[in-house]
Amino acid sequence: MPPPPSRRRGYAISLAFLAPAVFFLGVWVIYPAIRTLVRSFFSDRGGEFVWFDNYTALFTDEAVQTAIKNNVIWVLVVPAGVTALGLLFAVLTERVPWAAAFKVAVFVPLAVSLFAVGVIWRIMYQQDPDRGAINAGIVAVQGIFSEQGALTTARPSTDALTGSPQGGLRLERAVGPGAVALLGLTAIKADELPDEPEQAVTPQAIPDGITGVVWRDFKPGGGTPGEVETDEVGLGGVTVKLRSAETGKTMGSTTTGKDGSFTFEGVESGSYHVAIGKETFAEPFQGFNWLGDTLITPSLLIAFLWVQAGFAMVITAAGLAAIPRDLQEAARTDGGTEWQVFRRITVPLLAPVLTVVFVTQIIGVLKVFDIVISIVPSSGRDSATVIAVEMYQSSFSGQNRFGFGSAISIFMFLLFVPFLIANIRRFRREN
Amino acid sequence: MMRKHRLLLILALLVGALSLLAAGCGSDDDESDEGAAGTTEAATTEAEESVSGSIRIAGLWTGGEGDSFKAVLDGYRAKYPDVTVTYQPAGEDLPTILATGVEGGNPPDLASLSSPGIIKDFATRGALQPIDFATEGIKENYSQSFVDLTTFEGKTYGVVFKGANKSTVWYNTKAFEDAGVEPPTTWDEFLEAGETLKASGVTPYSIGAADGWTLTDLFENVYLRTAGPEKYDQLATHEIPWTDPSVKEALGEMAKVFASDSIAGGTSSALQTDFPTSVTQVFTDPPKAAIVMEGDFVGTFINTETKTKVGEGADVFTFPSINDSPPVVVGAGDSIVMFKDTPAARAMIEYLATPEAAELWAKRGGFSSPNKNLDESVYPDETTKKLASELAQAETFRFDLSDLQPKVLNDALFTELANFVKSPADIDGVTGKLEAAAKKAYK
Repeated sequence: MPPPPSRRRGYAISLAFLAPAVFFLGVWVIYPAIRTLVRSFFSDRGGEFVWFDNYTALFTDEAVQTAIKNNVIWVLVVPAGVTALGLLFAVLTERVPWAAAFKVAVFVPLAVSLFAVGVIWRIMYQQDPDRGAINAGIVAVQGIFSEQGALTTARPSTDALTGSPQGGLRLERAVGPGAVALLGLTAIKADELPDEPEQAVTPQAIPDGITGVVWRDFKPGGGTPGEVETDEVGLGGVTVKLRSAETGKTMGSTTTGKDGSFTFEGVESGSYHVAIGKETFAEPFQGFNWLGDTLITPSLLIAFLWVQAGFAMVITAAGLAAIPRDLQEAARTDGGTEWQVFRRITVPLLAPVLTVVFVTQIIGVLKVFDIVISIVPSSGRDSATVIAVEMYQSSFSGQNRFGFGSAISIFMFLLFVPFLIANIRRFRREN
Repeated sequence: MMRKHRLLLILALLVGALSLLAAGCGSDDDESDEGAAGTTEAATTEAEESVSGSIRIAGLWTGGEGDSFKAVLDGYRAKYPDVTVTYQPAGEDLPTILATGVEGGNPPDLASLSSPGIIKDFATRGALQPIDFATEGIKENYSQSFVDLTTFEGKTYGVVFKGANKSTVWYNTKAFEDAGVEPPTTWDEFLEAGETLKASGVTPYSIGAADGWTLTDLFENVYLRTAGPEKYDQLATHEIPWTDPSVKEALGEMAKVFASDSIAGGTSSALQTDFPTSVTQVFTDPPKAAIVMEGDFVGTFINTETKTKVGEGADVFTFPSINDSPPVVVGAGDSIVMFKDTPAARAMIEYLATPEAAELWAKRGGFSSPNKNLDESVYPDETTKKLASELAQAETFRFDLSDLQPKVLNDALFTELANFVKSPADIDGVTGKLEAAAKKAYK
């Protein structure tokens, strides 16, 4: 017996409402999912049915192993970190003035596309302080706290000078009064040379003193190392020290003139070492290697936390606004400290909200892709790769290993399943 | 009761949607089959008006290069007014677009591909149509080494339209003057110039090691010179293993460049420097390095992205000879391949193989044509002309080795050479890993 007309119309209406969603889900989700599953049992070229070969390859492939390891790190750090940050910000914003401005500042990163975020952080993470903002900041702070000399890359021009720029360079041969010390430096950057260069001059020897010159022992073509030649420039303002060869005690200190020359007068007979003080040199700051093998994953995590903290804060703040205040008030009246109120009242009441944040983040980082692709230079992909990147790499980068790539996708899907089930269960309970 | 009904309904709708989809795919296949079947007679006729239809070309070239290629396509439109040509500038997404297009049964009619390795992959899968109808014209305009690049099992699958001379070294002329060094012609002079530059206070080499291909290019240039063309071919096809002594020797020479104080920013910074930065940092004031070793396309890049111009502050020399090696050129090239055999597509292949088509781009600059019949006077400046002629007339030309290999191995080469930059002493480690990757790729 056909259903009464009103009922049939009811079906027609639900059908009309469902049709678009079902169509789109079917075409863009369900069909591709089934196709991927089938594809994962075929060879990379597609012709051959290979059973579980792609899946066994998954667990022997070194890159996929690294990817899984990295994903584990992501899962351990991000959900906990994001939830904690979100809770912290949400609770703080209830107590600080300008809370709205603070909330906006924390939330804005979420409004930027993850790929763009990646590009921004990649530039900020550059090692060269001229390019990377973070290392530039570190250099600036370092500059405030430590005195640095003028020469960053200089090194001795001959073996006559020994030591290192960091500890000062010293003329290996000990000298006595009447000697002329030639302290040649080379590999000096153009912008560290004197503004008004003067020809280097070898001073005359004096009987009761030690004279010498500090100069740039280089002229176009190289010149002869160890000789003061025409077109070689004197280095002025360099601290030169005279040390006793027997005791190592500093006997005198002077500064070079514009032509690089210096004189120690009234030197008693004996043997001495002439040295360029370490205050002349600066160690060029090479910057932290944020994108190098060791720091790359932490760098990625920081960038990701920066984005997701806003999301967690907003959700947690909404939850916070919804919990009944009288419980907190009651606890305070009963003499509970703020920490006790927070730990025993606020957090348990927020637990369902925090779980939502936590689970969303787990799913988010299991499939994390764009931020890794956009931050990691190809030289670091080996150590920073994650499962989704490996899937993309094997299928779409030109390798055309579609069987293998499909297997990775299915593997990823299986990782999601427990969390999906947990989420669905929770929805059911709440309804 | 209600619930069951609804479920059935959803299922029914799903099946409906899927069958629609399947039908969509099917009809698409039919179309292209029809196109292929109807070609054989049509293509033989020479009358240009008889060619009609529409073709879609997916290409690597975007931006300025895309505009130049569109100018080339305008030449085709003038010749075949009845054909609608659409160009899809895909850039770096091209491998993805083609891979999914082929997998889904709907690739573009034609595409440009830079890697003979990928062309071979598509060809052996039957995704590409041979272009043997055009071989006569191609043989007339190209030297054999270019024809061989895209010929597999006796069938030609592509025509190299845009070439690149990768045996070039670009330098900051002021840095060279200040240091008093001349452009070197031998490897020893080259390394000595590096030392002199360092003493003058300028870091010698700029390396864009964040992009793996800059490292493979350097390796290929060194290897072709130390091991010679025969070994180069054997390595490209994996007839000799990556653990071969010749590979180790080349890596040893290459390591001489990689001392941390010889590379702009030091080793780890170089690994984060991409190709564009590796060029611009040589031509800033003060320069971060004096020399950047990359192909002829650096010239265009200098002219458009830095304040320096080629000829004024920037110049180029040929990659130096190692141990008296004779002049050799490592190059690359973008080939046009055909996925769907239609008269309009055939006409396009034939057209792109002519010197006329090459001229349209050559005179706009930023282009080296491997077409030996192209009149060299059309190049806009002396440097471009010199580099293009070295490429087209090269006695010993070898294609970029990394592009000849399966993509998997190519990716491994990128990674391992980056690791080699990190620890230049570990030659055995690098070659061992490369050989393992090669064994897997050629399995």
